[in-house]
Amino acid sequence: MSEQVQHGEHEHHIVSPKVYVIVFFALLVGTAATVWASYVDLGLWNPIIALAIACTKATLVVLFFMHVKYSTKLTKLTVAAGIFMFLTLVSMTLADYISRAWGNW
Amino acid sequence: MPDSTQIAHGASADAHSEHPPYLRHHFESTEQQADAAGFAMWLFLLTEVMFFGGLFTAYLIYRNWYYPAFVAASHQLNVFWGTLNTVVLISSSFTMAMGVWCAETRRKSGLVLCLILTFIMGLGFLGIKSIEYREKIEKHHVPGFHYSMQSFLDPASDPEVFKEYHDKPLAPDMAVHTELYFSLYFLMTGMHALHMIIGIGILGFMIYRAQVGAYTSGHTTFVMNFGLYWHFVGIIWIYLFALLYLISRHQ
Repeated sequence: MSEQVQHGEHEHHIVSPKVYVIVFFALLVGTAATVWASYVDLGLWNPIIALAIACTKATLVVLFFMHVKYSTKLTKLTVAAGIFMFLTLVSMTLADYISRAWGNW
Repeated sequence: MPDSTQIAHGASADAHSEHPPYLRHHFESTEQQADAAGFAMWLFLLTEVMFFGGLFTAYLIYRNWYYPAFVAASHQLNVFWGTLNTVVLISSSFTMAMGVWCAETRRKSGLVLCLILTFIMGLGFLGIKSIEYREKIEKHHVPGFHYSMQSFLDPASDPEVFKEYHDKPLAPDMAVHTELYFSLYFLMTGMHALHMIIGIGILGFMIYRAQVGAYTSGHTTFVMNFGLYWHFVGIIWIYLFALLYLISRHQ
């Protein structure tokens, strides 16, 4: 048992510069796409698309620049817990604001 | 007791010959130590998520309440400077990631170069931000006693923005809420800028330390964790850019 712990859960993975370059260009393309899309009138879809592109960019940064794709399960769980907690708090806050005047419309 | 102390001393004396000097004694291996440090850094970043999350939620709710005011006020932001700053920050994240790679592969001069480039782009970001802040100060769009609603009560009086968006005048009771937009704008971009300033300070320290080879002898924890911090600050900006600058651009 203690030997297993000593060897660790994984070998340290060095992310290669090639991956960083690809992610870097993907982020630049995402920036260009979101600026372009913001000038097109899509009505309700404008904020949705802007947020979708922002979330895609953030995911790329977290997975590759921040090495989460190559991290331990503990780190992955921590990141997932953070996202889950954030979404829970936001949706509960919004649920409160939506339901305060419930029935008085 | 004396026996166990002796054994413990003996064990650590043996271990000294085998492990690198930066391995703390309460860790079994350098991998475990690095994992623990990375985990702790992520816990810190979670508190940052909660902190900025509150600001984003406030923005979301107020934008829904005072929608026309938030649309008109966001037209005051300059998309060119915002886009340029996004590119600068993404590039600095890239050079920081390359710096981590240099530290891992023990390239000292490469690491110093990457850190200096990140440092310069961080300062560039703040420089561009200060151009934007200056514009807001000149137009009296900083919340407080000198706040002016002129651009929103009479959009034609602000020809630079008017020729692009043709905003209709807001009623005074709605125009008053543009101040709330700028309060959130300065609060969120200001807190982000504060994180940048702290990061640039730490980068300066790291450039000095990297030159004496502190991070290229196998102990990369500091560089790795600073990288996490810097990328996180970049992610916050990605969302600030989308939510403050872009989502009301088409109107």
